[in-house]
Amino acid sequence: MTEREQIRKTPTEAPAIEVDETPGVSDQAEKLKAELDDLLDEIDEVLETNAEEFVRSFVQKGGQ
Amino acid sequence: MSITKVCGIETEYGIVMRGVEDQNPIAASSILISAYLDEVAAGGANSGDGPLLGWDFEDEQPDRDARGFTPHGSQAPDIEMHLVNAVLTNGARYYVDHAHPELATPECSNARSVVVFDRAAERILQLSMDAANRILPPGQEIVIYKNNSDGKGNSYGCHENYMMDRETPFGRIVSDVTPHFITRQIFCGAGKVGCEAGLSSDEVPFQISQRADFFEEEVGLETTLKRPIINTRDEPHADPQKYRRLHVIIGDANMSEIATFLKVGSTAIVLAMIEDDFLPRKFTFAKPIRALRSVSYDLTLRQPLALSDGTTTTALAVQWELFERAAAFANKSGLACVGEEVGRDILAKWEEVLTGLESDPMALADQIDWVAKYRLIEGYRDRHGLDWSNARLNALDLQYHDLRADRSLSRRVGLQTICNESEIESAMSDPPLDTRAYFRGMCLKKFGDEIVSANWDSLVFDTGEKRLRRVPMLEPLRGTAAHVGSVLESSSSAAELLESLGA
Repeated sequence: MTEREQIRKTPTEAPAIEVDETPGVSDQAEKLKAELDDLLDEIDEVLETNAEEFVRSFVQKGGQ
Repeated sequence: MSITKVCGIETEYGIVMRGVEDQNPIAASSILISAYLDEVAAGGANSGDGPLLGWDFEDEQPDRDARGFTPHGSQAPDIEMHLVNAVLTNGARYYVDHAHPELATPECSNARSVVVFDRAAERILQLSMDAANRILPPGQEIVIYKNNSDGKGNSYGCHENYMMDRETPFGRIVSDVTPHFITRQIFCGAGKVGCEAGLSSDEVPFQISQRADFFEEEVGLETTLKRPIINTRDEPHADPQKYRRLHVIIGDANMSEIATFLKVGSTAIVLAMIEDDFLPRKFTFAKPIRALRSVSYDLTLRQPLALSDGTTTTALAVQWELFERAAAFANKSGLACVGEEVGRDILAKWEEVLTGLESDPMALADQIDWVAKYRLIEGYRDRHGLDWSNARLNALDLQYHDLRADRSLSRRVGLQTICNESEIESAMSDPPLDTRAYFRGMCLKKFGDEIVSANWDSLVFDTGEKRLRRVPMLEPLRGTAAHVGSVLESSSSAAELLESLGA
């Protein structure tokens, strides 16, 4: 609780977060980074082969 | 006093038919659902299921407006009665709507239960794909996407429903829940590459929400055009003197169980607080639609949002205030209205996620959809040196929502789960125990041959007598296992059941 309170008091003074910065602030971030690298290594095997055609032909009727 | 937040989710899925010249999404949706129903009826996909049957439109009134009037020029949705439309033994409704397959979960008593039935719905769609693709000619394939936009300006919905006390003034609901709907996307947005509201990929390379681009009004009856932040459809599917059903059309379909849990859980608590008039501070946005889009376009979560009193706030500040009020509400009144234990979990997760969004949003990549998607796409973009306008990034975006197990990217990014496999499996055919969906589902399982039709608030039986017998179910919290479990158990025919119930 106190930790969060502390964080909360200064949101407007905090510098804008660089969302694409290399995480390294916690074990959790390190773990996620390693998993992402593994996924990116093998992702081409599951990706649609012709991305341009796939995206172009993905047309839906509007719904609710 | 706030009432139990009976709730559910209705999702329209994206559908693609591969291997044909001219796609007909209505036909494809019909094939998809029929193939599933045929397989279930044959005892295949979900053995143990009873028969399935048509929907009863007797009580559908999508044109009734909660404000008590229908503004001139307002377009009420049409009911499509001729298309495939079925009730499942888990109490769900599975049908073709607006050229999409749609599955509405059964009524649930809490947010966790909604997550289980939402995941079960995904499984049902997966089995439907498998069943349809077995009967399609070689080279043709139906693929289902759980998203809300085709990236070309066409959107389809993921709606939530919450039971509310009819005595709560609708105007108070509008004023008090709007700030939540504008800002909750920071944890329940599903993320999207680019913009469909006229801005370039330089201006909006990636945004938090799938749906924000499609909202143009603050309040209204429409769901397909000029979509409003607050939908005024007044169709309670329950005793209209006592209840209203808030029909929420602004959410994204989530792949992350935690995002669904937090979306439904936080909203249920906010609505309970509105019933008890527990939200003293009003965030009245100067321009709600602009604020909605600003939040979606701002990955730093720090963008100032103009309030009508001349001050500004941020999405995080609004969410922190709602959370603080919710914590105080829990201490003062308890959380029976959302389930005590589930309610505590909602508060803990809400606080954890807001803290994470404040300090390091990217560390929430295993919980929050837009973060998971952004990290994946940004990682790919970085590795291959691509511009944000590159089609491969749009392909990654779409494939995040692909329901095929061997293609889905969301199932590869390490999202945490909160449901276990066996409960998801059961929820594909068994109804929840603690709402009227239990009665609907169990009657279908046991006396399916004697049920003529069903809808949310009634079942019609043909027991072989001269007239059909309609059983009204106007109380969403009656007809539970506790109420009717033993009667259902001991009845050997529908006639006997109705006799015991005094129907």
